[in-house]
Amino acid sequence: MADDVRALSAQLAQDPQSLVFLGLGEALRRKGQLEAALRVAMNGLERHPHLADAHDLLARILTDKHDYERAFDEWDMAVRIAPHHTGALKGLAFLYFKVGDVAQAEAHLEQARKVEPDDPSIDQAIAMMRKGVGPPSPVPGAAASIAAPSPPSAAPSPVPSGLDEARVFAGLEGANEGLLLIDSAGRVLGGALRDKAGSDVTDSVAAYLAGVSQEAARTAKLLGLGAWNGLSAEGQHGNVHLAHPTAEALLLVVRERGMPLGRLAILAQRASTMARRWLEQQ
Amino acid sequence: MSKALDLVTRVRGVRGAMLVSAEDGLVVAEQLMEGIKGPAVAALAASLAGRLRRAMDAAGTGGAVFWHLQAEQGALLVVPGSGLLVVAVTEPDVNIGLVRLELLRAAETAL
Repeated sequence: MADDVRALSAQLAQDPQSLVFLGLGEALRRKGQLEAALRVAMNGLERHPHLADAHDLLARILTDKHDYERAFDEWDMAVRIAPHHTGALKGLAFLYFKVGDVAQAEAHLEQARKVEPDDPSIDQAIAMMRKGVGPPSPVPGAAASIAAPSPPSAAPSPVPSGLDEARVFAGLEGANEGLLLIDSAGRVLGGALRDKAGSDVTDSVAAYLAGVSQEAARTAKLLGLGAWNGLSAEGQHGNVHLAHPTAEALLLVVRERGMPLGRLAILAQRASTMARRWLEQQ
Repeated sequence: MSKALDLVTRVRGVRGAMLVSAEDGLVVAEQLMEGIKGPAVAALAASLAGRLRRAMDAAGTGGAVFWHLQAEQGALLVVPGSGLLVVAVTEPDVNIGLVRLELLRAAETAL
């Protein structure tokens, strides 16, 4: 095992962009070197933020560290990126079972079974859960006795059907680009985003935003700052403003670097008002 | 590093400033008013910075050079640098533009 770690470390040093970090992180995790595993996984995620396996690896390490809330976030992210990722589905099932939500746990295992019908471990996990024993940890070595915090609800929140998405921001400056309205689970309600190359990045940004919003709320609350009402950021190539027009919705405005944050905040305020009205009409 | 933080804390309405390791969320240096829990601020700022970076990367805006969390009773302002974050905790009615400038200056001095 030590040889594995040495060999994989050498490979990663030679090619930092490679996916060798997945094997190295897992090898370190299995050896119980969780801090080192965490560093490897985090560095890998920085280079490959849209790789579901990287989020899965980080979730397994966090589960070993008993940080179930963040593990949930990472598995949740893995499933958003790759809905058929059985490792993440099994991980979520495990965490749901730990907090007593058997229905969600079983639903996730059933999803995993649809993807891999020949995997006997999934059938075993479902059978064990029905007996009340609980599915085995997807993370060998994870302590199962510590109560996990309640994960954010993965149950779909009601999304109105037949939304006329194009009309959410009609009439607003730049209504057709750089405005995105999502629900608290990271699902798109309206608007769209494209990166500089013109690729549609709506879904991936939406998936990440749910995590940002949760973390912003937690930060403001724990620092005694009350409820958060906006997050502005200047990027190297563009500026963003995040607001929540309602308790269940998030709005992201993205504009080029030349637009000052103050003006961006005003635009976001207008867009929030429109989004709130539009949501009330649905 | 202390001089760098002085630049920020002398602005009226700033309740404290810190240098935080971006990777592990640990305090590197701090100048905080009583009642502000440095380690908590550091950990939360680093965690939020990481999540924001991923979202901004996905949106194609590149990494943040400054960000600002506005809340009912105050704000958290952050300038990320090479491996470190310069962080300020402020009252709600602070001059954000001035704090931003001082954070950027502090980052140049300290990072």
